[in-house]
Amino acid sequence: MDRILFGDNQFFGVNHMSEEKARAQSMRFQDTAAVIEVLEDAYAEGIRTFMCTTHERISEVCDHFRANRDKYPDFKFYPCMPYAHKYANAAAELGVLGAVRSFLPAENAFGALLKGGMSLARKDIEGLASLLIDAEMKMFAGLTTPIVFLQNVATDFLLGLGFDEALRIFADCVRAQYGAEPGFITMNAPALVARLDKVGIKDPIICTNINKIGFRMSGGMDAYESLIASGRCRLIAMSVFASGALPPEEALQYVCSRPQIKSIVFGASSRRNIAQTSRLIRQLTAA
Amino acid sequence: MGLSHHSIVNAHPDIELRAVCDTSGYVLDILAKYTGVKTYTDYKKLLAEEELDCVFVATPSRYHVEIVTAALERGLHVFCEKPFGLDPRDGYRLAELAERKGLVNQIGYHYRFVAAFNEAKRLLDRKLIGELHHIRAEAYGPVVLRPKGSTWRSQKSEGGGCLFDYACHAIDLVNYLVGRPQAVSGTVLNSVFSNDVDDEIYATFHFSRGLKGQLATNWSDETFRKMSVKLSIWGTHGRINVDRQEAQVYLRTLAEPFEDFKQGWNVRYTTDLTKPVWFYVRGEEYSAQIDHFVQCIKEGATTLSTFRTASDTTLVAAMMRADAAKPYTAVDPIAAQSPPSESDEPKPRRRTLFGRLLSAEET
Repeated sequence: MDRILFGDNQFFGVNHMSEEKARAQSMRFQDTAAVIEVLEDAYAEGIRTFMCTTHERISEVCDHFRANRDKYPDFKFYPCMPYAHKYANAAAELGVLGAVRSFLPAENAFGALLKGGMSLARKDIEGLASLLIDAEMKMFAGLTTPIVFLQNVATDFLLGLGFDEALRIFADCVRAQYGAEPGFITMNAPALVARLDKVGIKDPIICTNINKIGFRMSGGMDAYESLIASGRCRLIAMSVFASGALPPEEALQYVCSRPQIKSIVFGASSRRNIAQTSRLIRQLTAA
Repeated sequence: MGLSHHSIVNAHPDIELRAVCDTSGYVLDILAKYTGVKTYTDYKKLLAEEELDCVFVATPSRYHVEIVTAALERGLHVFCEKPFGLDPRDGYRLAELAERKGLVNQIGYHYRFVAAFNEAKRLLDRKLIGELHHIRAEAYGPVVLRPKGSTWRSQKSEGGGCLFDYACHAIDLVNYLVGRPQAVSGTVLNSVFSNDVDDEIYATFHFSRGLKGQLATNWSDETFRKMSVKLSIWGTHGRINVDRQEAQVYLRTLAEPFEDFKQGWNVRYTTDLTKPVWFYVRGEEYSAQIDHFVQCIKEGATTLSTFRTASDTTLVAAMMRADAAKPYTAVDPIAAQSPPSESDEPKPRRRTLFGRLLSAEET
């Protein structure tokens, strides 16, 4: 994993601080060309990994990088699935099973199985999961995707249910179908890592909020600190600026002073910010 | 909602989840097999067979009353999803029953657990922006975006529609922040895409002490990524704009020093205001409301969102539905051009249909 990963919240109107900023961002990035421009800036600043949701608009970004592979030979994607709002909106309209069905290819056997009541054997659940993962991964065909993440809303939902087997199934599918490493985004890292351990997922890749003020670090700062110190997982820190609540230097100082944290993911919309943040990370990491 | 509550409830350290009831056999079978939870398809059987302290009800709205009644009669504390029934009389009856039996009762109006709205409430209760004269409540989001849909949300008889499903959140927040309106007028229930239900709602609220309000909700608006509720409140000393992310406070005057507030704009962000939760799935407020319910049971306290306050919200929604059926005031160019009458005595009105409509409007 690279030290610096580039995130995509800023492209899709996600801003935890302000609805107005979020709207301004969705206006600015409504053309995918504007997204690609920022990614090119990131590439020019030495960033090689784009960690992105499986939002339908990412498929246009993928098209661009597929078509220009010689320009960015070492550019990698870390897909994060599912794009939850897509499922949530479909579930509100079609019900839970209807939503699942609507994302499966029309000709597959599971549509019929869902209607008729399918078996509960692990292989069937696995089959269903693998079809859903395929549907999400389709846009990345031909691109490098060394790690595939389960989004926090899915990870944490399954964690709460105690459906640990589903986490295992996700990991197995990603390894078997894409030769990729599974990763888990979570807001409850201490609880998740303990549970993954129980289903035999050792040294997992965990992407989670790590910031000085403990913003969305559920389980508490102490539990996070001991998880970080334990080295039981490969950590990617997200929300290091706590959505802008922390000044950059202070925020990065906190994360970079914990060598167990492998990577930092951040999003930015201007070359200046990308340059500034990556320079700070490199400086503080070297220090 | 049911599955999401299930996940949060199951993760609560003080709750032992005994059983779950649903009509979807397939989902139940998966849960039973992979999480070990006991399952039922008949809630009456569940209530009869299990030893319980409390229940969480997250069915389509039309079943709330029946299930909550059964749970209360069984002596259980009840958390129920919003809205609370579709007829306020049912809600008040159940509020009374729960109060009489000393049972903790809560409705899932989760915006009452959003830190920024609580900050606004704290400042309003302190009269920081003086005497209030206007409140605007807005709720927008992407739920119904095309003429389609076959779930209960698209059926009026099931409690679907923007009014009970969406607008209720905004109404409840208005009630929470400034108190329940005394009257409603000018209600518009409009369909954009739905056949059977309303997709957008507009209304005027009238409160005591001269405060007026407006409500605007529309669930056919995909310019918002997810449901977004915003309140703007004007007072003699300033203004508050508040949504999930931030509370913006403008102070025209600051009568006496208060914390670090200054004249002009003051902004408080969710990152500073939000208290951490023990387990996070989809927003702190969803976890916080469940924890609040548990703590109220442990302490025998009254919840922040009771059957009674939720019934007040249903009452306002029901009054809006009634108000929407009333005629509007016609914009009549001919009437406007006719010369003013010589006497101030009102002329007897011809009882045409139009005349009847007008007099109905005046009453």
